[in-house]
Amino acid sequence: MAHRWTNTLSAADVTPKQAYLNRRQIMAGLGGMAGLAGLGALPGAAQAETLEPNSWEDVTTYCNYYEFGTGKGDPAKNAGQLTTTPWSVKIDGLVDRPGDYDFQKILGEMTLEERIYRFRCVEAWSMVVPWMGFELADLLALAGVQEGAKYVSFETLYRPSEMPGTAYPVLDWPYREGLRLDEALHPLTLMATGIFGKDLPNQNGAPLRLVVPWKYGFKSIKSIVRISLTDTQPQTSWNMANAREYGFYSNVNPKVSHPRWSQATERRLGGGLFAGRDDTLMFNGYEEEVASLYDGMDLTKHF
Amino acid sequence: MIDRCNQMLRRLPPWGLYLLGAFYPAWLLYLGLTGGSGPDPVKALEHGLGEAALQLVILGLFVTPLRRFTGLNLLRFRRAIGILAFAYVTLHLLVWLVLDVQILSQILRDIAKRPYITIGMVGFALMLPLALTSNNRATRWLGPRWRQLHRLTYLVALLGGLHYVMLAKGFQMEPLIYLAVIVTLLLLRLPRQTKRRLA
Repeated sequence: MAHRWTNTLSAADVTPKQAYLNRRQIMAGLGGMAGLAGLGALPGAAQAETLEPNSWEDVTTYCNYYEFGTGKGDPAKNAGQLTTTPWSVKIDGLVDRPGDYDFQKILGEMTLEERIYRFRCVEAWSMVVPWMGFELADLLALAGVQEGAKYVSFETLYRPSEMPGTAYPVLDWPYREGLRLDEALHPLTLMATGIFGKDLPNQNGAPLRLVVPWKYGFKSIKSIVRISLTDTQPQTSWNMANAREYGFYSNVNPKVSHPRWSQATERRLGGGLFAGRDDTLMFNGYEEEVASLYDGMDLTKHF
Repeated sequence: MIDRCNQMLRRLPPWGLYLLGAFYPAWLLYLGLTGGSGPDPVKALEHGLGEAALQLVILGLFVTPLRRFTGLNLLRFRRAIGILAFAYVTLHLLVWLVLDVQILSQILRDIAKRPYITIGMVGFALMLPLALTSNNRATRWLGPRWRQLHRLTYLVALLGGLHYVMLAKGFQMEPLIYLAVIVTLLLLRLPRQTKRRLA
């Protein structure tokens, strides 16, 4: 089931070169290379461009998870109190085996693998993250997708007692996201359970989150408690908040400008104050894999 | 009590404020250079300067109502507050131009196409004549027109507050609180103006 898609990014793809080299020097000095050496050692990883995974610190201290506050550092500060065990995911709608799926039982059925993906936020910054997880397609197969299903909708946990950010109506809680079924079944679409070979930290969406690397980051919904198969396009939080700015598809597209941010370029985090900008790639660099999903669609209209 | 405060304030030199004011951007820059402001030092610097500039504009607007309602007199410091606000806005703009966007064509497109940036740029442009006339010579030269010109501050404050509200994603309280404070401070000035016009 797993390994339908082969990674073309390597461990050398996480963080701009200078920061990476500095870190390597530091780590070599500490004799601490063992942890990194195992990452993404896949063949064919030669890339014209030298990208590298961001640091653990970048990935875990710079988060958009508004249930824990709107500041980038708020989730790291406030998410520690979130209870993630026990955890279950309700899978319902047009499935053969609806029900509450215990997270540990789901894990028992799945093969975890590492995926090093570019992660592009709609705010025009980006990182490279070494995720651990399994393909969403495998989870959906567990529940059995029925004939008429066309979309998949997702819901984040809404637990005000542990989520201080939900005291404010920043968005219409709970956070909701959705994909077209073919997007959901695409081998790149990952259910992540970890980063850097460790369990997901709470601020990154523990214990289970979506990762859709060719879409803006807000599509990759965190701490999922419900997955529904539907025949109509589901409502999604940012689209509900501001339909003019956030479309249902929200594919990374340098040619479709956002009302607030030009999407032509991005700031790759981890390079410090003078890192500058890089060109944003169509479908965040996954054009070859996913472009065919949108054949014949006007991506300016379906942004 | 207020009198004693005013006496103490009279002994403080306004240049002390410039010194204090120069320290904050230097501190932000230091944090950015040493990794102390997190994974995105460009945004930290840009937003830190912008927010502080807005706070200074608000502080400047507080001077008159404070004097009117409590008798506390900060008038000696208002010029320094205004010039510092302008300096912070200039640095905020420079960080955006030089460290953030960098690409000239994209900068121009951003200014023309993105309303919150357009509004920010208009606010900056309106601050220019204010900064240029914040000295004794210009004050003498302009006479009563100086006061009229410097009422532009009210518009600058509104544009600054709006700029912040518009760049926030979703429904966020903090920028709205800033805008509410600004609008309140401006409304406090209204009755006085109206009364004078009636008299």
